[in-house]
Amino acid sequence: MNEEIQNSQRGLSVEAIRGDFPALHQKVHGKPLVYLDNAATSQKPQAVIEALISFYTRDCANIHRGVHLLSERATRAFEDSRAKIRKFIGAGDDREIIFVRGATEGINLVAQSCARPMMKAGDEILISAFEHHSNIVPWQILCEQTGARLRIVPMNHWGELLLDQYESLLTERTKLVSIAHVSNALGTINPVRRMVELAHAHNIPILIDGAQAVPHMAVDVTALDCDFYTFSGHKMYGPTGIGVLYGKAHLLEAMPPYQGGGDMISSVTFEKTIYNRLPYKFEAGTPDIAAGIALGAAVDYLQGIGMDRIAACEHDLLQYATEAFSALSGVRLIGTAREKASVLSFVVDGVHPHDVGTILDQEGIAIRTGHHCAQPVMDFYQLPATARASLAFYNTRAEIDVLVAGIRKVSEVFS
Amino acid sequence: MPDLRELYQEVILDHHKRPRNFRAPADANRSANGFNPLCGDKVIVYARVEDGIVRDIAFQGSGCAISTASASLMTECLKGKPEAEVARIFERFHALVTGSGSEDPDGAGLGKLAVFAGVREYPMRVKCATLAWHAMRAALEGEKDTVATE
Repeated sequence: MNEEIQNSQRGLSVEAIRGDFPALHQKVHGKPLVYLDNAATSQKPQAVIEALISFYTRDCANIHRGVHLLSERATRAFEDSRAKIRKFIGAGDDREIIFVRGATEGINLVAQSCARPMMKAGDEILISAFEHHSNIVPWQILCEQTGARLRIVPMNHWGELLLDQYESLLTERTKLVSIAHVSNALGTINPVRRMVELAHAHNIPILIDGAQAVPHMAVDVTALDCDFYTFSGHKMYGPTGIGVLYGKAHLLEAMPPYQGGGDMISSVTFEKTIYNRLPYKFEAGTPDIAAGIALGAAVDYLQGIGMDRIAACEHDLLQYATEAFSALSGVRLIGTAREKASVLSFVVDGVHPHDVGTILDQEGIAIRTGHHCAQPVMDFYQLPATARASLAFYNTRAEIDVLVAGIRKVSEVFS
Repeated sequence: MPDLRELYQEVILDHHKRPRNFRAPADANRSANGFNPLCGDKVIVYARVEDGIVRDIAFQGSGCAISTASASLMTECLKGKPEAEVARIFERFHALVTGSGSEDPDGAGLGKLAVFAGVREYPMRVKCATLAWHAMRAALEGEKDTVATE
């Protein structure tokens, strides 16, 4: 009842919202599904599923080439989606919105097309101690290719980056900064506005990995003034296989293409090829058209609720869960930054996270266990792995109660 | 619905809390690492093999209850066995945890190892139960590299 009152004060009916997500209404091992693995991927609202169905049943055609009606409809829907996403993240120009497969591809694109041509041996790329592997490995590949060095901004035990260290690591050798907006393993929200300012004070471009931020808070790339920002569709209630790289137009203009192929050219002869204009220069080959359109539907859905309301609702849930966890004996939260998104990474004394995951699964609770593609974070805390519950606005306090009861059961089995 | 107690049997919980042969014998003449990149489980299996007999076998590492108990019970079972028999036991154990064997579905012939019969209901956990076994086989075959489950 308390929950209903609180949410209705915000005009957010969690019951109505849950009704929009068909996958939430199923049983797992005979128990109602409690889906708390949203940082891995989120469930999809009916509107996104309908957008996929509608494309394949009505508008299926290739884009940017046919003169026939279906191609026109598909092209318009795809480009409308680009415009929606552009507005959603506060960018000024559709040419700055590049469709990619996901944040991973966005980072690889910046590494190879922006950073690689300007790197020489001894130059440095700066990332942080809690990056996802997708924001580590592309830079290691770049370092192997160019002789550049990877430098790491350290963090404290709560999982907060040390800003003074960050500042001192910005030198004339630093060619690019690439930092997560929100840590997937710890939930820490980085002070990215300040980090952009500091990088720019040294004339260093900065890429922000927003895969864990865009689903949970309002993001405005113009206000942030970042040079690049990338995120994945499937973590923000959209389909898999589609994501976005935002880049400032003047930087994108100066960059060579990432991949060659159809759609990214304006003319080809065996002697010379002239590349297409932005954003198509970076969109070689037929993209996942249906997913691109459905990502626009996800943006519509999120804006219909409002990102500020989503953030407030998830903040409430996180607080409720954090308090409930503090009452559990033998359970420790990993990552306790002051500014946190709705991620609860935890360990249960004497029980391996994998066993925690199996026992919770039997209770219908889906969480992630393992290193969360952030092995350096696990090494920092000297843990092989953690269990991670990650919340979305469609989760409820009642589900947190089920999780807490499940963790009690874990301790019982292993007592 | 599988019962959790079928998976987390007392014997398994006991070997998880107090693993047997959890040491690195100085006189081991075989060893190999096992690693499960999915969950981060790590194990090193040591063995002393003389005249084709596993005179001593031990392990170290960190892992979940299933992988630790499996390593512990494996060392208890294999000590003193000829290498040829070790290979047969591994095959039967593998059939037991994957549910692929029809000869002895409950592992009655495997002694204490039969407690792992419940693992077949949890396909995601088969690799936990077999990690130490793969490392053991690599050790006996004299392979130097880390054995990965992926």
